[in-house]
Amino acid sequence: MAPETPVRWNRKDLLGIAELSPAEIELILDTAESFREVGERPIKKVPTLRGKTVINLFFESSTRTRSSFEIAEKRLTADNLNFSVSGSALEKGESLVDTALNLQAMAPDLIVIRHPYPGAPHMLARRLKAGVINAGDGAHEHPTQALLDAYTIRRHKGRLAGLKVAIIGDIEHSRVVRSNIHLLTKMGARVTVAGPRTLMPAGIEKMGVEVAYTLADAIRGADVIMMLRIQLERQGRMSIPSVKEYFQLFGLNTQRLAGAKEDVIIMHPGPMNRGVEIASEVADGPFSVILDQVANGVAVRMAVLYLLAGGAEHETAA
Amino acid sequence: MPRIPGRPAEGPVAKNLTPKKTILDAKQMARIIRRMAGEIVESNRGVADLMLVGIRTRGVPLAEAIAAEIQRMEGHQVPLGSLDITLYRDDLSTIAPQPLVKESHIPGHIDGCLVVLCDDVLYTGRTVRAALDQLLDYGRPRAVRLAVLIDRGHRELPIQADVVGKTVPTSSDEVVEVNFNSTDGAEQVRLLERPTR
Repeated sequence: MAPETPVRWNRKDLLGIAELSPAEIELILDTAESFREVGERPIKKVPTLRGKTVINLFFESSTRTRSSFEIAEKRLTADNLNFSVSGSALEKGESLVDTALNLQAMAPDLIVIRHPYPGAPHMLARRLKAGVINAGDGAHEHPTQALLDAYTIRRHKGRLAGLKVAIIGDIEHSRVVRSNIHLLTKMGARVTVAGPRTLMPAGIEKMGVEVAYTLADAIRGADVIMMLRIQLERQGRMSIPSVKEYFQLFGLNTQRLAGAKEDVIIMHPGPMNRGVEIASEVADGPFSVILDQVANGVAVRMAVLYLLAGGAEHETAA
Repeated sequence: MPRIPGRPAEGPVAKNLTPKKTILDAKQMARIIRRMAGEIVESNRGVADLMLVGIRTRGVPLAEAIAAEIQRMEGHQVPLGSLDITLYRDDLSTIAPQPLVKESHIPGHIDGCLVVLCDDVLYTGRTVRAALDQLLDYGRPRAVRLAVLIDRGHRELPIQADVVGKTVPTSSDEVVEVNFNSTDGAEQVRLLERPTR
């Protein structure tokens, strides 16, 4: 699997999947493979990022992504600091750039940021010396989620190229789906998206995916099914008549799985709404790899932190 | 020969280096490895609790070759492991971009084992320091020994080998290159010279 001349990582930031080459994606996934082993040792910690400081800057609530980054940072021996929106100066009217410049004065090596506005991590990356990792910016990208999904698929299927992946749910508001489409199509997988018409962005085909409007069409012959979360907190602004109707049309249960391949795997980026997009019998069933995704997330984030903390050539040259 | 799982084949190391002389040919290497295997078994008074752990890259085929000799002499399959010390290097902040990380593999528990770390060349001792730190993250071995095919001097840390194939005095402009069939398609040890600046 290793290329003849191994690719080296030369980016200061990880802002999205769109700008990555297939070789860079492969490098992250291969590196994650080595970090998975660290998580299986009696002492799950390596001294690699000793003396480096990572700030987790979260402008939106997040439990699993933030904890996953936190564990990854701790296993690499980095010092980390959590900076979340509640109780911070932002509520007192500080701008994003001012907050970031203040953090920069504390000389962090890396900043992990989640922000409700698309492009916020990109703006920080241009302004700051520290490396920036996008942990979700609005409905734009969530690169580490797509990487951990790809890593999970590769571990179960041995490859990404040629697989049929069905992604089902709220395509319109999902950053996870955007990053996943970029990644999977770059790596040669065939992606079908499905969901209610009201949650399907116009022109999504231009991203190189097929569109289906029924669950059965989408999952026919699928190797991988990714269920997306229906964002109940957005319900007021959303265009589905009722949760019950949604489950009847797009919810995944055992019976509807029949059209997929026999060795299909079921994924969900979490948090799940049982009985809305996925039935418990499927979420807890033999095809589900949902908890693997969570475990793999730590290894993938360790790989990303390791690669970004290295001080790329542009820095050494200066 | 028993092989450590998951090890990719890798090409030879030397680039822009002029060969100066051959230190060991395949026959001499085989003879020395046989002697090293004997010394390891003798000093451990047998093969009980013995584990060989190769340091990537070329400590791994050395560990495999020693294990094959022990198998031949004692009829016992010694557990084999490998370490990739990248995450424990002391120069990560001075090199860019980050080196590739390969997998480490330790077969079972090392608590109470006599672990023999194997490496092809002992030079500054920094690799061995990193390997010791890493090894102890897997548990508490009864003792750790160090076996190297070539000791070329120039230590920067107080580290010595317990089992040495051959001591070769070198200058710092020279490079000792060890080849194994499984990694390089040849079995030999050569002294190479860096281009003069």
